[in-house]
Amino acid sequence: MTSLVWLTVALPLAGFLLNGALAIRRPGAKDLVSGIGVGALVGAFGVALTVFLDLWLRPPHAPVIVSLWRWLPVGSLQLDFAFQVDQLSAVMLLVITGVGSLIHLFSVGYMKADPGYARYFAYLNLFVVFMLVLVLGSSFPVMFIGWEGVGLCSYLLIGFWFSDKVNADAGKKAFIVNRIGDFGFMVAMFLIWHHLGSVNFTDMVERAPAVFASGSAAVTAITLFLFLGCTGKSAQIPLYTWLPDAMAGPTPVSALIHAATMVTAGVYLVARTNVLFALAPLSSTVVAGVGALTALFAATIALRQYDIKKVLAYSTVSQLGYMFIGVGTGAYASGVFHLVTHAFFKALLFLGAGSVIHAMHQAYHATHSHADAQDMRNMGGLKQYMPATFWLMLIATLAIAGVPPFAGFFSKDEILAAAFARGGDRPVYYLFYAMGVVTALLTAFYMARLITMTFLGENRTGDRERSHLQDAPMVMTGPLLVLGALSAFGGFINLPPFFGGGALLEHWLEPVTAPAHQFFGLEMPHGQTEFFLVGGAVAIGVLGLLAGYKATLRRRTPTAADAPADTGLARVLNRKYYVDEIYDAILVRPLVWLSRIVLWKAVDQGVVDGAAVNGTAKLSQGLGWLGSRLQTGQVGVYVVLFLVGALWILHAMVG
Amino acid sequence: MLLGPALALSAILFSLGVAGVLLRRNAIVLFMCIELMLNAVNLSFVALAQLHGASGYVMVFFVMTVAAAEAAVGLAIIIGIFRHKQSVDLGNINLLRG
Repeated sequence: MTSLVWLTVALPLAGFLLNGALAIRRPGAKDLVSGIGVGALVGAFGVALTVFLDLWLRPPHAPVIVSLWRWLPVGSLQLDFAFQVDQLSAVMLLVITGVGSLIHLFSVGYMKADPGYARYFAYLNLFVVFMLVLVLGSSFPVMFIGWEGVGLCSYLLIGFWFSDKVNADAGKKAFIVNRIGDFGFMVAMFLIWHHLGSVNFTDMVERAPAVFASGSAAVTAITLFLFLGCTGKSAQIPLYTWLPDAMAGPTPVSALIHAATMVTAGVYLVARTNVLFALAPLSSTVVAGVGALTALFAATIALRQYDIKKVLAYSTVSQLGYMFIGVGTGAYASGVFHLVTHAFFKALLFLGAGSVIHAMHQAYHATHSHADAQDMRNMGGLKQYMPATFWLMLIATLAIAGVPPFAGFFSKDEILAAAFARGGDRPVYYLFYAMGVVTALLTAFYMARLITMTFLGENRTGDRERSHLQDAPMVMTGPLLVLGALSAFGGFINLPPFFGGGALLEHWLEPVTAPAHQFFGLEMPHGQTEFFLVGGAVAIGVLGLLAGYKATLRRRTPTAADAPADTGLARVLNRKYYVDEIYDAILVRPLVWLSRIVLWKAVDQGVVDGAAVNGTAKLSQGLGWLGSRLQTGQVGVYVVLFLVGALWILHAMVG
Repeated sequence: MLLGPALALSAILFSLGVAGVLLRRNAIVLFMCIELMLNAVNLSFVALAQLHGASGYVMVFFVMTVAAAEAAVGLAIIIGIFRHKQSVDLGNINLLRG
């Protein structure tokens, strides 16, 4: 059955081709488009499930390599286009196709009225194709195809409503910022080839321990370059700025690409190459440090955002930071665990926000109002009008805030416990742990603020609009229900022994993480320490939620139109620490200046046009002028020259 | 055998011709100098024919034929130029200047 894994890629690919053709030929055939788009994903999920069960019932000794064709037979590089099915890729396979199916289904309702319906589903299918290639690829180059492909689809979908320049710019920003990270990925790939003589993951696991000394410069460089790729794709400092802007795309896209799947590719990459990171303790510390810093930094920004999607975007950046704390600590399974639970609850939050925006948009549309349908200051009291959405989003909020027994609690707690444990031999990890704890507090706070501003208190939408607010249709609420169940109970897939569970996911991933553990083993805290850690985490989550709830409800929130401008620290947070402005000043503007003044005016117009193109013409003209000076028209001169020439030839012949 | 003096005379005549071509500006005189050069070469042909057989004599006839044709064409050109410019001074003839 495992050999059928190519079907998971082929089905969405067929969906993309069919929907792409329909987008050109019959953009109006929406039922057909939804059938193909959703059907392809559900089919892929079915195949993924059988592959997973096959792996579950008959665990192989080594990763199963499904080779499709010989791809690059170049000298000593004999590369197959092959998929690697092992415990890690199987988990990713399930998450991508499973959550992907739900989001596709949700999109049927959300995008119903959009003229670009077929194009949307074509892109969404294509994204799933590349995402699956990314996680299934058995070598760095195959993975890189997926890595670049998801970037392309991300660009296409962020700029889906490209007639608005802001959206098109956001798409470009995402693409360009990601290129910086891709550069790191490629350099790392070349270095791996140089040192290991192979780019296959299986060879890497086999050869790396023999080739690289622990902490050697080579493996540290490789892992740092890999991590540069991760910071781009997974939106970590310093390359995170594209993700909040990526919210310009349709909300289900934000849920699928910019929360559940693509942005977790960096975490997947670190988990996949865990043996290299385990051999490079410095890089692991950098990974965890950047993760902790990003988690804290993004969480503070989320405190003062008013756009409901922007809050969730910074929350995603922050949660991705958590995952990197996990994988940077050596708790690869915990990182992947948080990846999975985050996919559940963050997809739910985004889709819930999508439902809210959908309702708000319809209400404003009905009354021809131009107020901002995404600004939480225009919401309030929506619980009354959209009860289903409220309860589901509340589950997700409890999950992300780390309230037991919801999914996020277990995964977040494990990461923090791992960081605490690592602090024993590397004290700097205590700092990361502390940052993680503060982030947990902030997370609970801003999520409570989001829920309170959106669903509680009095309604601020407007008197005429209020009557139009209602829950989304079943095709949208249905997927939310499934995600709600997963957010509530998803944590049980890796219930730690402390709670009487068997740490299923951790054991499941052991074949993948085992090579790393011999260099970078981790003794998780037990007994009393664990009790205090868990208790502290719960207390912080609840405290944050209560504080966020109280602080938001205490003051009357003015609507977006009436709101006074923020001042002081709130303003700095609302403007995201001015990071975009700083990047603009120190990177973008100098680059533009360099391009305009030096490259365009000096190099292109001066050197290329002036010296090279016109210069050649001038040179031949000048030489021609010199030659024409010989043509005096005076026969005497010709004769002299003729004679000199004749004598010269004679001399050459005789002498 | 007067080969040495004959060749020396030929060289002197040829050099005179070259000098004339280089120094004189009258087209007719120039023309005559070219004839002088041709005939200097003819002299050396004849002289060397005594050593190397009859082909030298044959070559002289060829040169004389070509010289005659050249004289006809050349004089015609000079007359044409004179009609046009009222002069056969080479300093005035520079239509081909680049």
